[in-house]
Formats: sequence, C-alpha cells, structure tokens
Amino acid sequence: MSAAKTVLLCGVGGQGTILAADLLARAALAAGFEVKVSEIHGMAQRGGAVTTVVRYGESVGTMVADLGETDCIVSFETTEALRNIGFLKSGGYLLVADETIKPLPVACGRASMPANARQKLEDAGAVLIPAHDLAVEAGNAKCENVAILGALESQLGFGADLWQEVIAGRVPQKTIEANCKAFDLGLAFANQG
Amino acid sequence: MSVQLMSGNEAIARGAWEAGCTIGVAYPGTPSTETMESFATYEGVYAEWCTNEKVAVEVGVGASAAGARVLSTMKHVGVNVAADPLFTAAYTGVNGGFVILAADDPGMYSSQNEQDSHFYAAASHTPMLDPSDSSEALAFTRSAFELSERFDVPFMIRSTVRVSHTKTPVEAGEKINYEPKPYEKNAAKWVMMPAFAKPRRKVQLQRIRDLEEWAEECPFNRIEKKGSEVGIVCGGAVYQHVVDALPDASVFKVGLSWPLPKQALNDFANSVDALFVVEEGSEYLTKQVASLGVNVSEFPAELPRDGELSPGLIKRAFGIDAPEHMDSPDDVPGRPPALCAGCPHRLVFKELSRIKAIVTGDIGCYTLGALPPLASMDTCIDMGASVSMSHGFELALAGRDHAPIVAVIGDSTFGHSGLSSLITTVYNKGAGTVCILDNRTTAMTGRQGNPFNGVTLQNRESRELDLVGLVSALGIQNVTVVNPHDAKAVRNALKVATKEQADDLSVIVFKAPCVLLHRERKPYFFVNGDCRSCGQCTTLGCPALSKDADTGLAAIDSAMCIGCGQCAQYCGFGAIEQIPASSMNGGAR
Repeated sequence: MSAAKTVLLCGVGGQGTILAADLLARAALAAGFEVKVSEIHGMAQRGGAVTTVVRYGESVGTMVADLGETDCIVSFETTEALRNIGFLKSGGYLLVADETIKPLPVACGRASMPANARQKLEDAGAVLIPAHDLAVEAGNAKCENVAILGALESQLGFGADLWQEVIAGRVPQKTIEANCKAFDLGLAFANQG
Repeated sequence: MSVQLMSGNEAIARGAWEAGCTIGVAYPGTPSTETMESFATYEGVYAEWCTNEKVAVEVGVGASAAGARVLSTMKHVGVNVAADPLFTAAYTGVNGGFVILAADDPGMYSSQNEQDSHFYAAASHTPMLDPSDSSEALAFTRSAFELSERFDVPFMIRSTVRVSHTKTPVEAGEKINYEPKPYEKNAAKWVMMPAFAKPRRKVQLQRIRDLEEWAEECPFNRIEKKGSEVGIVCGGAVYQHVVDALPDASVFKVGLSWPLPKQALNDFANSVDALFVVEEGSEYLTKQVASLGVNVSEFPAELPRDGELSPGLIKRAFGIDAPEHMDSPDDVPGRPPALCAGCPHRLVFKELSRIKAIVTGDIGCYTLGALPPLASMDTCIDMGASVSMSHGFELALAGRDHAPIVAVIGDSTFGHSGLSSLITTVYNKGAGTVCILDNRTTAMTGRQGNPFNGVTLQNRESRELDLVGLVSALGIQNVTVVNPHDAKAVRNALKVATKEQADDLSVIVFKAPCVLLHRERKPYFFVNGDCRSCGQCTTLGCPALSKDADTGLAAIDSAMCIGCGQCAQYCGFGAIEQIPASSMNGGAR
C-alpha cells in the first residue's frame, strides 16, 4: 500500500460516523493532503454495522481498508471495534468509545455479547475513551464524535487551530462552542493517557 | 471554483450540468440515488423521478430526440428494467446528447445481486465509460454528452459503490452554453419498425467500426508504464486498488470499457512479460480482452470471483500474504440492519408470522421483515415480483391445502412495477392477498417522492395518485385501508382477506408514514414491575426493546423508543406503559 494514511471509522448506524469522517476529511484537506472518503449508504443505515474509510496523503490510491494495513481504527462502539480489529496494522492506533450497543439478535435473546470485550480490547492496546462523558462535560452529549476526533488528533498532528476552523465551518452555529470544547477535551484525554 | 470533496455521484451530476444537460430522469436506487438528487439542485435544470427505469430512459430518449441534453441515472438492476428501450436507442441514436449512469453494487451492500453492467454496454452496443474517482466522473460525464452527439448514440457511465460513494477532490469547471438542437421529423431514424430498423442496424454496425477506431486513440484509456514483467488491465475503482497493490506493475487503465481498443491492448500486452486482467466479481473484461487476441495470464493464486476487491485481495492473487494482524474474536455477534423503532411495517410482518402465511416479498426497507425474529418473508427477487410471484404460488398450489398466500409490496415499488403484476392477477381472475405497505415515501433509498405521496424531486406541484381508487378501478372488490400501528385492525384485516375472502383477490393498504419522515416523538414507553419474562414483546424485533439475558425481563431504551405503542398491544400483563405527556418537557430524555 502507498504511504497514504488509512483511518477506519466504525460504529452503529446513526452514531455519527459519517459526520466524523467528513470532518476528518476536511481537516486532512485543509492540511494540504489529497483525501478519499468511502462511505456505505443504504441498508447499513437501519441500525446495522457501518464503516467509513478516510485515506489521506501526498497521493492516495485505493479508498478501502485492508486486513493488517490500517493505521488507525476509530470505533464508536466496543463490539464494532472487535469486529474490525483485523484491519489494524501492527503498532496501529485503536481508539474506542467506551460504549456498548447490543445488536438486535442479542436484544431479542438470539445471540450473546462477546465475552470479555473490554479486556480483549485492552489487550489489543486499545485506548478506551469516555466520549459520552467528555461530550456532556463540553455541554452537548451530541458532540461525542468530535471528542473522539480530538483524541484521534493526538496521532495526526494537523494542529488544534486547523481543527477548530474546520469544526466551526461544518457544525451548526449554536453548537460550535460545545464541539470545539469537546475536541479539546478529547485531545487532552489522549495526551494524558 | 476551488478544489472540493465530491462524491462520484455529485461529480457526475456536476459534469452533466457543466455540459449543458437540462433534463434529468431517474428512479432512485443505491448506489445511484444522490446523482439525480444533486443534479436537481442546479440552476436551470428540470429533474424528475419516474415510476421506473424503463420509463426514465424512454422519457430521456424523447427529450434527446427533441434536442435537449439528458441524464438518466439508475442502479445496476435498474438497467435490467431499462434494457428494452436501451437496446433500440442504440439503433435510433440521439439528437441531444444522452448519458445513462449504471451504478453497480459489487459486494451487494444494498442489492439483490451483483451483476456487471458492462455486459449491457457490449450487448446493446452502447459505449461505456468507467471513471475511477470523482474527478474522472466529472470529466467523463461532461465529455460523454458531446461524444453522444458525435457518434449519434447514448453513452453509458459505469460506476460502482466505491466510485459513487467515495468523496475525492474535484476541481469543478464552468457550465458551457449549449444550444438545444432543432427537432426534425425523421421516421427512418426514430420509427424502429423492420423497414427502418434494418437500415439502422447497418448504421449501427458502421458506428461500431467508428467507435472501435476512436477507441485506439481514446483519451480515457491510459497506459502507466512501469516494470516490464507484469502488465495489468483494469478500470474503475479496481484501478485504484491495483496501483496500491502492485506499484511496480505497468497498467493499462481502461476508461472506455466498450468498445476496447484491439491494437492498443495487443501493443501493451507485447510490452510486458505477462498480462493480467483484474476485475471485480465479473469476467467481462477478461473475456473481452482475450477475444481481441491478447494472451491473458492466470493469477499465481486465486482472485475472488465474487464481492468487492481490495489491494490486499489483489496481492493475495499474486502470492503476497497479508501482514500480521489480529483476528476478530469468533463470538462477535452479527449486527444486521433492522426496521426502525416505530416502523409501520412491523406489525404487518408480526401478524403474517402468526398466521404462518406464505409471504412473497419485494424490494425496500420491508425486505428486513425476512430477518429474525419476524422472519416472515418467503421470497424476494426483484421490483414488483411480490405480486406476480404470489399469483404463481396460487396457480401451483390450487387444489392443494396451503397456507394463505400474501404479497407484500411498498407504495413506490407498487408504482414501479407492482401495478402491471396486479393487472395480470385481476385479468386472470387470480386469488390471494396483496398488502401495499404505503408508508408515504420511498424509504430505503432516502425518502424520495413517488406518485402515491405526490412529492416531486424539485418540489414542483404534483398530483397525488389515489391508491385505493386506482386499485378499485381495476375491478378488485375487496380493498381496505388499515392503520398498521393497530395490531387488532391488522390481524382482523388479514383474517378477513385470507379466510373469508380466500377464494378472491383482496388488497389491503396499510397506510402510515415512515417514522423517518417527520421524526415525531410521543412520550416513550417503559416496562413496569408486572413483566413476566414471557418474551412476547421482543418477538417484534424493535431495536428499542431488549430482554435481559439472565432474567428474561424486558426493557425499553427510552432514547430509542418513539412512543408508537406497538409493543404494548402485545403484552398480556399490562407491563408496558407510556410515561405521561407532561413528563416529556424539560429534556426528559
């Protein structure tokens, strides 16, 4: 694979992975990179598992992620992190929102949740981020995805100023402050960790 | 205009607009849908949803004949529906440029098959362009209109989900000043009866020779010369995977996928030790290239014949292993999509499951009624097939004991092709029950308008078709409209139709808007202390409902519950209650 960086964002339909991917792509573009963002629409929107891939670099070929070749996995949910863990490259960054959503087969008693999910993620070197708490602290629970992007920035180095500008240009006016604060809290969390 | 991120679909729309295309016709279908939605937002264009893809292409041929530049967009299976006019439009040719997008879905993210639209281009003798990213999608589409006029034939753009739904940087251009062509009556060109079609076939054959000659110099094909050991022929999104997977290989990038340039491909093949064709879930390109006398080599290892490709899968075919990686644990449960909380389709499937009906299904959100725990669908093939297949079931099971046969079809799908199926049943005095799930929108593809909700693509004034009046006018006596959120009403309507009217044809219109249309939330429901762990409520498959793995006690996620009250009707113990409306205020959620 080329030197382009691959970030795979995954979660459950409706969690805001597409907005997060869009913000990430805009930030990479603002940082002067070529960018590709690959989304899957359709059936996946009805509460199913979703993945979006963002690739950026001097030049970008493929728009998909491959087993063992993904630089960063950003999961909005613990089970989805386990589902996609095979994509992570050796030494890659695994960022997981500390949140678990039962899939429907589990909710109606036809399947079980994976055993020791948190432990397995910790063993895999995952950074578990209390994204919900950080968003609430920032003043808006819906800013969870931006708090996660803040933590991801610890691996990207685009610069907080660039991010603030990208966020302000994309989210609704009245949520700019909370989103920017959520970003800062996420970044601070990752840097402490 | 500065560089901006655009999806392939948005770029195709932009390219069409820049080329002076003023008319857009389509039926929505993933992954093509946003193309027409985006085109509709440009100034000075007319765009509409048609009842189906055949109609769309025919409207397009008419508008082209009259001198306008026209864009028609559809998903791969839509091309099947449009195939009839497509094959003959490749005889008549065009007046104003006519471009048709076929968006394929290898990997079947949102489709019933993964057919390759290239075969339609070759079979119908319609030239086809394969962009690899949004920048090419814009450029190819923009050129396709002029080429369509130059060669007097519609041009197809072939995309896949990874081109249509990938955003890449695009430098948009300016709109050209296109002067619509004058219309001149010319029966020999436009009336395809044998006397005129035979000479048009000769015209077509000459055009194919012209296109083959142009293909040799076509600027959309490109050779990227690197090493001389391995040469790869590929196009579309697969090209992007190839350049990452095999950085040392020389590449013949196919931009014009039909017709292929015989001489250029043979020259390329002769410049490398071994030539391979890499394509996704298809043999189109491999066989076409081989038919030009090129020796196509076998992969050292296997390249998957189904699903999407990735750089990794291409590397595997050349014997390069995946890097070391962790494996996903075996016990990760699946997360299939589900009908939304409050979906008006849910109780229809619950009740069909109770009466153990044979349910012929159709294409839309409601196909999810096939999944557990509802699991109440027997078949799903293509748009409109629910109604015609139920007629087939009735014919084959006549005179034998059988479960009630019920067709389930959405409002938009009924308009697409269910109506002609229903006419067949009426005409032949067939029996059975047809349920039209009228959720007032085309939900699956993102809530587009359709003839039965009277909403049009550009919010122009419309006429909302009277579904009940239409069905009644066919001569069907048993037509009822039922609120699908009312379990007793649903049960009763199905009972009457499948028992009392078992020997007759019945239509039940289950009418209630899709929950995503208004996103209106009523006070949510909760499970009180009377729950006896019977599990009845969780057989509804509502994402807001769950049962505890140990105690079996039910619970409702208040953040997901929209207050539809469907589940409360199935609780025999009064354990599901609604919070008072007063407690909704002040951010109760």
